[in-house]
Amino acid sequence: MTQPLLQVRDLVVRFGGRGKSATTVIDGVSFDLASGETLSLVGESGSGKTTIGRAILGLAPVTSGSIGFRGQTISGVSRARRRELARDLQVVFQDPYSSLNPSMTVGDILVEPLAAAGVAGGRARVRELLDAVGLPTDAAARYPREFSGGQRQRVAIARALALDPAVIVCDEPTSALDVTTQARVLRLFKDIQQATGVAYLFISHDLGVVNQISDRIAVLHHGKIVEIGDARQVATAPRHEYTRRLHMAAPVADPAKQRERRELRQALPAEGRS
Amino acid sequence: MALTLLKNLVRSLAVLLVVTFATFSLTFGNGPGIARAVLGMNARPEDVQREVIALGLDQPLLVQYGNWLKGALSGDLGASFYTGQTVTNALSSRVPVTLAIVVITLVLTAALSVLLGVTAAVKGGWVDRVLQFLSVLGTAVPAFIVAIVLVFAFAIAWRVLPATGYVSPEISLSGWLASVTLPVVALLIGSMASAAAQFRTAVLDTLSRDYVRTLRARGISERHVIFRHVLRNSAAPGLTVLSLTTFSLLGGAVFIEQVFALPGMGQLANQSAQINDVPMVMGTVLVTIVIVLVVNFLGDLATTVLNPKARTR
Amino acid sequence: MTENPRRGVLVRLLRNPQGAICLVYLLLVVLVAVTSPWLAPTGPSVTELDATSAPPFTAGHLLGGDGAGRDILSRLMWGSRQTVLACLIILAVSVVTGVLSGLAAGFYRGRFEAGASFVADVIMSLPGVVLLIALYALTGPNIPVAMAAFGLILAPTYYRLVRSVVLGVRNELYVDAARVVGLPDLRIVGRHVLWAVRAPVIIQSSFVLASGIGIEAGISFLGLGDPAAASWGIVLQESFNGIYNNPTAVVWPALVISLTILALVLLGNALSDVLQASARSKPLSPRARRAVLKAARREEVEEDSILVGSSDDVVLSIRALRVAYPVGGEIREVVHGVDLDVRRGEIHGLVGESGSGKSQVAFSTLGILPREALILGGSVLLGGDDLLEDGVKMRAARGRRIAYVPQEPMSNLDPSFTIGKQLAYGLRAVTSLSAQQARERLVELLTRVGINDPGRVMGLYPHEISGGMAQRVLICGAVAADPDVIVADEPTTALDVTVQAEVLELLRELSRERGLAMILVTHNLGVVADLCDVVSVMKEGRIVERADVETLFESPREAYTKELLSSSRSVELMEIQP
Repeated sequence: MTQPLLQVRDLVVRFGGRGKSATTVIDGVSFDLASGETLSLVGESGSGKTTIGRAILGLAPVTSGSIGFRGQTISGVSRARRRELARDLQVVFQDPYSSLNPSMTVGDILVEPLAAAGVAGGRARVRELLDAVGLPTDAAARYPREFSGGQRQRVAIARALALDPAVIVCDEPTSALDVTTQARVLRLFKDIQQATGVAYLFISHDLGVVNQISDRIAVLHHGKIVEIGDARQVATAPRHEYTRRLHMAAPVADPAKQRERRELRQALPAEGRS
Repeated sequence: MALTLLKNLVRSLAVLLVVTFATFSLTFGNGPGIARAVLGMNARPEDVQREVIALGLDQPLLVQYGNWLKGALSGDLGASFYTGQTVTNALSSRVPVTLAIVVITLVLTAALSVLLGVTAAVKGGWVDRVLQFLSVLGTAVPAFIVAIVLVFAFAIAWRVLPATGYVSPEISLSGWLASVTLPVVALLIGSMASAAAQFRTAVLDTLSRDYVRTLRARGISERHVIFRHVLRNSAAPGLTVLSLTTFSLLGGAVFIEQVFALPGMGQLANQSAQINDVPMVMGTVLVTIVIVLVVNFLGDLATTVLNPKARTR
Repeated sequence: MTENPRRGVLVRLLRNPQGAICLVYLLLVVLVAVTSPWLAPTGPSVTELDATSAPPFTAGHLLGGDGAGRDILSRLMWGSRQTVLACLIILAVSVVTGVLSGLAAGFYRGRFEAGASFVADVIMSLPGVVLLIALYALTGPNIPVAMAAFGLILAPTYYRLVRSVVLGVRNELYVDAARVVGLPDLRIVGRHVLWAVRAPVIIQSSFVLASGIGIEAGISFLGLGDPAAASWGIVLQESFNGIYNNPTAVVWPALVISLTILALVLLGNALSDVLQASARSKPLSPRARRAVLKAARREEVEEDSILVGSSDDVVLSIRALRVAYPVGGEIREVVHGVDLDVRRGEIHGLVGESGSGKSQVAFSTLGILPREALILGGSVLLGGDDLLEDGVKMRAARGRRIAYVPQEPMSNLDPSFTIGKQLAYGLRAVTSLSAQQARERLVELLTRVGINDPGRVMGLYPHEISGGMAQRVLICGAVAADPDVIVADEPTTALDVTVQAEVLELLRELSRERGLAMILVTHNLGVVADLCDVVSVMKEGRIVERADVETLFESPREAYTKELLSSSRSVELMEIQP
């Protein structure tokens, strides 16, 4: 078996002080991500899914455990090493409004990673990138506010692709978008993966969205992985009680099917009403 | 909550020490200069040297500060280098004058700025625009210029109120009222203008909250929404505005006392500084800082009481 | 707001009349300061016997002379040099100290931030004048040193401003993105943080200079300036001392000082209008508002809407509703004539994507649109009354006959009152219940909406309960007065799916039990399929398709509805295999 691209072992993240006052957000999480694969992390608010992504990117502190990339530890490394990792690890955030600096043109936003990595020939690469995400070339001279939410998210995807990374952490990249736009952006993610072989760590609260795009799915609950496995299996034959409840709770756009699902859900043992 | 208060208290004491030491270094820092000022410009160097020793200004600054602090704790702030009058004695007649003006202005500012701020925010339209214009004008013109205009109009042109001087309320209550009216008005215009503008912002901010819309949708009358919910939620920023107003009034009083020749703390500080009577300067600084810290402490206390998050913790 | 923010700040400032006048005036002051050695009629301390206390407009002495026989105009012109110098010193000291420490504190946080914030708090609470008086004891009359000290006293205003802007920017995802992309700290500060700080600092400088001029004049006025030099404050002091001999002499320095401060304050306001212009719409003036509404009403007469389907069980009817907002000088219509009927016991879904105007329709029925909104026409009919026509009837219906369930549970509870109190206020505002009766009713209802321990929950503050529980509380508040219709605006969007399912269940049960009509605004077709009887699909301010729920999902007519359906089905889960 080949070595996984990304290896997370017994990851623990605690916030806020020492001792009792600290809250444990991630409580011993382990998983691997293979090259070219899409692994999704699904959970509700407070499950810690976003924190895992931020820990991998070096934006959240790792309390214990380790994160490895191509066999080398990348948790708790220096800023200089982090900057090197920028070529391999990239991100697309949830909110396409605050993830793009309103004062920079789209062109400047896309040149920034290239300049930081010392890559020459930026402008030609910008055209390539815009093309790859389906934006017109003249978008480079315009400001983010001239674009819709979906188009901005395409800009954010182009920025993540700029350095040809091996992994992109996608943190709820479609949850701020309208449903028709969401479908198009998800298709774009798939197309890009086919063309470049990039691996995605896809973070979402929506089992349905995740099921569309994933090879494997991990379900998080209170900072722990309760179930991880093949996407089809997790989505259609969940083993864990919590996954089952998550599944049943998501309403489907069909009155008859939804009535059935509702009745099934009501038959489940009512656990932990808020 | 008790812990927060204790923390505030310790913090206040630390500020008191730091600030008094800093001002002490400023005022007592130049021993020979002080001695020369006391003796007059033509004093011989050896006389100056003797005076430095006589006033105890030759000792290390830290020792001098220690002595001052020790004295201060027992209510002894030293005496004037010129008249020999004790600082506490001088302050006891001066502080009430300043405090009276500041407190009266503060109370009026609080009442009027809440009224104007809420009216401007709730009414909107031309009422808001007129009030905003007046508040820019009121904030921009310094209090001492307002004071001069008032002297010019009321005391010189129309001769209805005394221009200068102070009458103690023990001698004549109406005389006292007449003597503090113009100073209070001069301070009030600026402080009210800026406090009302800030209060307006606070009320507008609360009015834009989601829960205000929900309260209205629940059928609660506009009067209750404003007076019960909006005012209650604007109270904490309003208190901050008032404590900042107090600090700026203490500063403004210095100028006002100069214009109206009021025998207050500011005038004492100013006159003493000009003749290098440093124990007096130090005394007024101490009183000012204590007032500031007490106001701060009370403000924090009130904010804690007002904020359910801080209270229930 | 499509103008380039980098270009033309000066041009836009000059186009703003207030900004242009202030800028010209201030430039004039600087010009006089620079050229006074050549332009001033006499030197600052030249005395002439016939100028002593001369009234204004005397030959050779435009503004008259002071008590010592010096030309007031000349002295004011020379004095402007000290004013400009003082401004430069204050600005340099306060900007450098305040901005640098604010940047460092905001970006690196930690101990430095704690220490710097402490110092800033202390300095801000001390009256600056008192410190300057204390300083005078050390330095004597020395305006540059006093102004540098005053610069330090003002530095905390920049520190606080910059720190809070930087803290805000730090939380922006684009700064995180810059980190991930591999930008070094210094580049991030230079590229992303400095830009955000620039505009507020420029605006603040205007106000700082205003208070600088005030304090410079004030200190000289107190007699702490250099008596030999000419400055505005000293001219003022001298004229004030001679106010009984020559009262008008006071006018000129007072006027110059006040005008200059006023110009700086107004310039600051104009700058903030230009630099921080928001795209948010502002309320129209009452007159403009009446004009717009009148024009719209005239148009409407030709349209004449048909009153359809007013059968007996219709509880609430919306007819030809049009809503608009003033945006940058024009009136933008966001709802173009919407008709809608809700029947007793019916849950009517209003579906659309963001910007379709669905929430505007919901707010209109309750009369809780933002202040700047304009209802151009239409009616909301409840039991034969047009609520839009009659404000009194609208207020009487709100809470009592039409109730509201909002989107964000947490921000829709008043943080300063306990749950029990705010629910009781609402209930007692629309009923004649006593406090005790209201409490009993609420305990019962809270139990009904699924809160196990109502007595305890009523004593809690909003921050002490979870989002799901807060939404149950808000639903309880909506149904408390037994309304006929509930308008629910995306009531489950902010909730987790498992909580969403429970809240949907609750809404369905309540509707059935009480025969409640409901308008359910949502973007989620799954929620519609779960709960609604009838669906209206909205797009760009219009209802494009309406049908009962089975028909709409089985055989949608409009292309837009089909696209919505296929998009949301593409991210849907298959059935669980047994």
